[in-house]
Amino acid sequence: MHAVRSEIRHGVTLSLAAGLGLFPLGVAFGLLVHQAGFPWWLAPAMSVAGFAGSLELLMVGLISAGTPLLTIALTTFLVNFRHVFYSFSFPLHVVPNPLAKVYSVYAMIDEAYAVTAAQPQGWTGRRLLAMQFSFHLYWIVGGLVGVLAGSLLPAPIAGLEFALCALFITLTLDAARSRAQVPSLLLAAASSAVAYLVIPDSALFVALLLFVFLLVLRFLLAVRSGRFGSSARDSGVV
Amino acid sequence: MDNLGYVLAVLAIMFIITFSLRALPFALLKPLRESRFVLTMAVWMPVGVLAVLAAVTFADAAHGGSSHLVKALVAGVVTVVVHLGCGRRTLLSVGSGTLTYVVLINFF
Repeated sequence: MHAVRSEIRHGVTLSLAAGLGLFPLGVAFGLLVHQAGFPWWLAPAMSVAGFAGSLELLMVGLISAGTPLLTIALTTFLVNFRHVFYSFSFPLHVVPNPLAKVYSVYAMIDEAYAVTAAQPQGWTGRRLLAMQFSFHLYWIVGGLVGVLAGSLLPAPIAGLEFALCALFITLTLDAARSRAQVPSLLLAAASSAVAYLVIPDSALFVALLLFVFLLVLRFLLAVRSGRFGSSARDSGVV
Repeated sequence: MDNLGYVLAVLAIMFIITFSLRALPFALLKPLRESRFVLTMAVWMPVGVLAVLAAVTFADAAHGGSSHLVKALVAGVVTVVVHLGCGRRTLLSVGSGTLTYVVLINFF
């Protein structure tokens, strides 16, 4: 019993540093949900349906604009695609219970992955789940606090939606630390510009689709020019 | 809310796609780990997708005349400078960028 409690406490302790970022972002999310004119329950509902902070922030704007479901699906797919790569090193094997395993996969957010990647050894199921559940709680409670704060404010704060843009700017800066990222950045900039000039009303959809198309093209070109040091046949295109 | 069906559909899409992306690789770990295409995309994709999102949300904030564009530009520059100059503390950079934009929108 003592061991169980100590493992849970350890998991909660590990959640605190990233929680300092999650909670205020959750509050901002809740505020935006309120300001967009949605009922209070949409904040926790989104945090349960698709526990993924930046996507949820993005969805507030997309839902209020009545964005087509196909765009919603493509955006969700591409924004969260990075999670595919988290599974390569996430310590899911320490969780024995099948239902708990499902929760652990479901709650495999950036922050959970980052903490396990920074500290790959010594995980137990209880420690991992306690950390993930704490993250979930910070995010949901943060959202509810934001909705409540929004309802107490005399008027909505105009311009608050810039938080989402600022968040993506910082995430881009963090992802673009090496010169090897420059080609992807240029392709993304070109895709966004073209999307805005051609179809401004569905710029997000067109830009994302164009970017992925250009990346596939870049991959095929790299394979053909032998950049991977092998023939195209065993390049593993799926 | 009069578009409840639409919102529920969005929630369902978010759940199914997000969960599948997190769960499927555990089932297909070996082929995915060996696919050069997937591994290459893992390196190339994230920064570009984030940049597209930054560009699109920026364009939304800059929408509505040249004064909006200037305000969004100033707030964007503040975000970048604070992020690179103050040790990449996301909360601080997002906070100061947003505060800049909110102040500019409301008082200028």
